[in-house]
Order: sequence, then C-alpha cells, then structure tokens
Amino acid sequence: MSAEQVNRMTTLSGWGRTAPTPASLVPAAADDALAALVRGAGRRGVTARGLGRSYGDAGQNAGGTVIDMTSRTRILRIDPEEGVAVVEAGISLDRLMREVIPLGWFVPVTPGTRFVTVGGAIAADIHGKNHHVHGSFSRHVREFDLLCGDGEIRTVAQGTDLFWATSGGMGLTGVVLRATVQLLPIESSRMRVDTERATDLDDLMEKLTSTDHRYMYSVAWIDCLSRGARLGRGVLTRGWHANRADLPVSQRARALEFAPNTLVSAPPFLPSGLLNRYTIAAFNEMWYRRAPRERRDEIQPLATFFHPLDGVRDWNRIYGPKGFVQYQFVVPFGAEHVLRTAVESFARAGYASFLAVLKRFGEGDHGMLSFPKPGWTLALDIPVLPGLSRLLDHLDDLVVGAGGRIYLAKDSRMRPDRLSAMYPRLAEFRAVRDKYDPDRTLTSDLARRLAL
Amino acid sequence: MIDALGNPQTLLLLGGTSDIGLAVAERYLATRPLRVVLAGRPSARLDEAATRLQAKGATVEIVEFHAERTGEHREIIAKIAAAGDIDVAVVAFGLLGEQSVAEQDTEAAVTLANVNYVGAVSAGVALATVMRQAGHGTIVALSSVAGERPRRSNFVYGSTKAGMDAFYTGLADSLAGTGVRVLVVRPGFVKTKMTAHLPDAPLSTTPEAVAAAVVRGVRSGAHTIWVPGKLRLVMSALRHLPRPVFRRLPI
Repeated sequence: MSAEQVNRMTTLSGWGRTAPTPASLVPAAADDALAALVRGAGRRGVTARGLGRSYGDAGQNAGGTVIDMTSRTRILRIDPEEGVAVVEAGISLDRLMREVIPLGWFVPVTPGTRFVTVGGAIAADIHGKNHHVHGSFSRHVREFDLLCGDGEIRTVAQGTDLFWATSGGMGLTGVVLRATVQLLPIESSRMRVDTERATDLDDLMEKLTSTDHRYMYSVAWIDCLSRGARLGRGVLTRGWHANRADLPVSQRARALEFAPNTLVSAPPFLPSGLLNRYTIAAFNEMWYRRAPRERRDEIQPLATFFHPLDGVRDWNRIYGPKGFVQYQFVVPFGAEHVLRTAVESFARAGYASFLAVLKRFGEGDHGMLSFPKPGWTLALDIPVLPGLSRLLDHLDDLVVGAGGRIYLAKDSRMRPDRLSAMYPRLAEFRAVRDKYDPDRTLTSDLARRLAL
Repeated sequence: MIDALGNPQTLLLLGGTSDIGLAVAERYLATRPLRVVLAGRPSARLDEAATRLQAKGATVEIVEFHAERTGEHREIIAKIAAAGDIDVAVVAFGLLGEQSVAEQDTEAAVTLANVNYVGAVSAGVALATVMRQAGHGTIVALSSVAGERPRRSNFVYGSTKAGMDAFYTGLADSLAGTGVRVLVVRPGFVKTKMTAHLPDAPLSTTPEAVAAAVVRGVRSGAHTIWVPGKLRLVMSALRHLPRPVFRRLPI
C-alpha cells in the first residue's frame, strides 16, 4: 500500500471506542457502483457501516473497505393504511419515527437509541423493551434488497435461508440496500408508564416474572454496585403506548406530535476514570432514590421512555479515551444463578456500570445468529480496567454452561472458541456464506476476531 | 485481531527460543489460547519450546528464520501473515557477544552488528509492510538500556541496540495513523540464558517481569517501556552525566 493510500484511511471504532482500526471509508453510491466496489474489493474485503452504534468492531474492517451507508436515507414508499414502509437501509430510526409517528405508526422495535440505521437493525436483529411481545426487528421485515459478496443484488423475502442468515448476521452475508418494514399502529406519541422500585435482585426478578405479560414494554434498571441485602436493587419502568383517551384533553389535538431534541453534548476531551465506582455509586443512589416507590399511569413522551440517553449527544465520550466495554448476555429461565453470580461479581469487583439493564426475553426468532432467546438478559457498560478480561471470560463460561450467549453487536472481547457453543446454528450460517460469498469478500474486524 | 481488552490471537516470535519472547507467549497463554509462530534456527531447543507452549494451550507453528539472512525476511514474514493476521510480533533475536573479543575482532563485531541491528532493521521493515496492509498489529522491539548510553564495558553490543532502538522508535512514528503500533522495550540486566554466565547486576530483572510489562504495554498502547520501571529515571540521570564521570563508573 502506498503512503497516499494510507492517507486516505479513516480510523474507525465502535461506540465503545476500543480497538480502533483504519479503513478506506467510502460513501454509499448508487447500487451498481456499490456492486462494482464489492466485486473489485481487495484481499481485506468490505463491510457496511451505519451510525456506528455497535459497541465493538462490527462496523470496522482493518486495512479494507468500509461503506458508509448513512447517505442512503430515502423513504421510498409508505402505505399509511397498512403501515408498511419501504426505506433505504441507511435511514435512522430517528428519521423514520419523525416521518411515521404523525401518520399514527411506530417502528416495530426500538433499541435504547434512535440513532441506528434500518440496515444495522436487521444485521444485529435488534431487540427492544417489547421483545417479550413482539420479538426482534427482523420479524417485522417482509423483505430486503441485499448486495451479496458475489456482487449480485438479490431481493430476499422473509422465510428464506439468506433472510435468516442476514438477520443477526452482522453484515457478513451482504449489504442491506432497502427494506420493507411493517410498522406498529399507535394513537399518540406518548407512553403510559408504571414505575416501581425493587429492593433487591429477587424482588426485581419476581416483579418482572409475575407481571411482565401485562405490559407491551418492560425493562428494569439495575444497580450493579450495591451489595449485601441490596444486591441487585433496581427500578422497573414498564408501559404501553398511550391511547388518545389517556392524554389530558388539552394534548389530544396534538397527540401524534413528535419532535425530540438533543439537550446537551458531551465535551470531546474527557479523561478516563471520570466514571469510577464512587461517582457511579453516587449516581446509582440518586437514580434509585429519585424513582418513585410506585407510580402508575404516568404519561411520558416517547423519547423519555425509550431513549433517555439520546438527550446527550456523544455520551460515550464520558468514559474517556480508553473507552468501555458493553457486556450483554442472555441465559435461559432456570439459570437465574448465573445472573446472580454476574451481578455479585460486578458488585464485588467494583466494576462500575451506570447503565445496567435487565429484561426478560420472549420467544426468539429464526435468525441463525440472532441473539435473543427466552430467558434473562443483562446488559451493562464497564470502563476498561485491568482484570476485566479475566472476569468476563469467566462469566462467559458460566453463560455458555447454562445454554446462554453473548450479543455480537455489543461484543468486543469474547473468546472465539466459545462462539459455536453460543450459536449452535453457526455451521448453517457459514454454509449460506459459502454459497453467496465463497471468497469471504464481506468481512469485518468482528468476523476476523471471532473467525465467524 | 487484538480485542478491546488487549488479547491477541496470533503471536509471532522472531527468535523463537528467546527466554523473554517465550515468557511473553506464556503470559498470554495464562488467560487465553493463542496461535504462536516460533521463527528461529532449527534446533532441539526450538522444538522443546514448541512442545512447552503446546502444553499450555498454544497452537504452534515453527518457521525457519535466520536473523542474518536478511534476503529471506520479507518472504518468510509475508507467508506467516498470509496464513492469518499477525497481532503481536516480538523482535526477540539478539546476541550479547563478548565485549573483549568484539572490540578487537572485526568478524565478531560485524556478526553482532548484523544480527542485532541489520537483522532487526530488515525484520522491522518486513513486519511493518504486512501489518500496514492488515491495518493493525503491534511490533514489540526488545531493545536494551545498554543502547541508551553505550558504556565502556559493553559498547559494541550497546551500539547495536542503540541503532535498533532508534530504528524502531522512528518506525513507530512513521506508522502513526496506520493502525500499527511499535512498543520499544528497554530492559536492564535480565537473567536469561544469554546472561547466565555473567554476575548479577543492580536493578536486574527476569524474563517473566519483562513479559508482564510487555503485555501491559501492548494492552495500553505504550510506545516505550523500561523494565523495571525505575530504570527510566536512572537512565535519564546517567544520560546526563559528564563523559569523564560516566566513563569511570563501574558499570
């Protein structure tokens, strides 16, 4: 590679800002130009990148090409009767929500941020607080156009092998170009929310288990620093879309208004270590105390309920230049001991996390590498600290032993030899790649790191 | 790839029987399995090293490599990289030599210079080439405090390390922005097979301690480390001593 080429490289990292690598970042052009790019890709291959919200290295391709999909944001068709949207894959859920909420529709699944693309939502088969009712994102995708590693563009319908390999396939089966998404009908842009405190982990799990089925959306924040009798205390926030009739009369005329704002921006240069066990313990105490012991039927804006962190632009910077790891696993019901061990381990090690989230998953979908399956999922942010690697490796072993798995869209550090036990359909996934991309033109740092 | 917490998947040891190099491999193997490529002269000791690492969970490949046969370096290293990205490469080969011989025998002096400096330069260029293409990787150059200010009792060796150290320090800067990093390691007196015949020195260290510092340095992205860390200050002071004083020091 010449010096000139090196100069055109852009250093990319995931949302956790760990392990950055350079790649040639190419704006997404027209279909045929992208196909030519894939056909002419060199030995280091190609991957697609959206808004860079994967925590690890899924949107990186060291020494190779990365297609920046964020310029392809057109809405091609909306059927306001059926609630079906045909969109380009680079469109963000934020933009899509702004377009469809006023028409009385909502995205079928939203993660904790609106700043993900539809292509990324399919590639990671994202889930949200409604997983126990609505499953993950791909369930609501009827079909998509996929630029495969062989340079061909295929229209892929739900139900086919290529569809289910792509759903959760982390972009390794092709570049999603357009998708047809079934939306969810709503009467307002507000949520009707119940908030409850749980005094410890048992209380938290009991409350989630006994009453989750009543809610369309459910999640629990969990305090991963409190120990002893208060181990695993938390706050449950659960709710439904508010109907028009739930709103105060004065708001009913503007029931479908949706215009969330970014409130503040994190400064660009913050030191590492700002978030430590003391600052986070203080935050957690405040967060827990601030929540009401119990409050029913509160009307909240959508963004407050789903995307509280989107109010702070670039919040990932607060972990400083060393970055952070997001750890998310699922273990089946019956393996609560693994959950408890994990929470205990983090509390004991003092690995601070100010955003730890516990949720019960419902039935999984058919994506070969799709993450959700019935059970408990715990997700937390951890600053990069010495000893973390060993602890997480140990927890991975417990997760695997219980029949659970790690979420690839969050991962940046898993042992590659644990992958096939977590994802038993890996061989099927590889067979699909063999068929459509025998040379493995589509690749990424994640793919190399885990030998996917 | 080196993951977010500093765990590599492939480690290349140029100088496959180096005590420090092997200690680095074992340090990594204590937490995770690893592909290790041992590059060195074919010998029983190299085979033993392979067996030892395999027993600790490594997948080991042996590759014939001679530091002084610089004509072969590019091809050998390209071949290793083609089989899988090199995440960490330790430039661990080197000769200590016999100062009293080397300062009077041209052949002995040139051998030292060829292995320690010329060989290291050639290997460094070859490694940087494949890693730049891969967009990632860390080169660990085992330098020495002897190169920071060559001293009367050991200056032939010291001069080769000074050259090597300067090369890798410059290489590090030339690789900024390419995803490739260079860690220059300056240990003091290390108790190894290379120094077994010598008396112990102050602030001496062990291959294990150097390995621990290397693993930490690779993880944190450091560019230069001293082992033990105190040597950084000591060397800083020694570098500024007036010549007549430095020359007379019993070191």
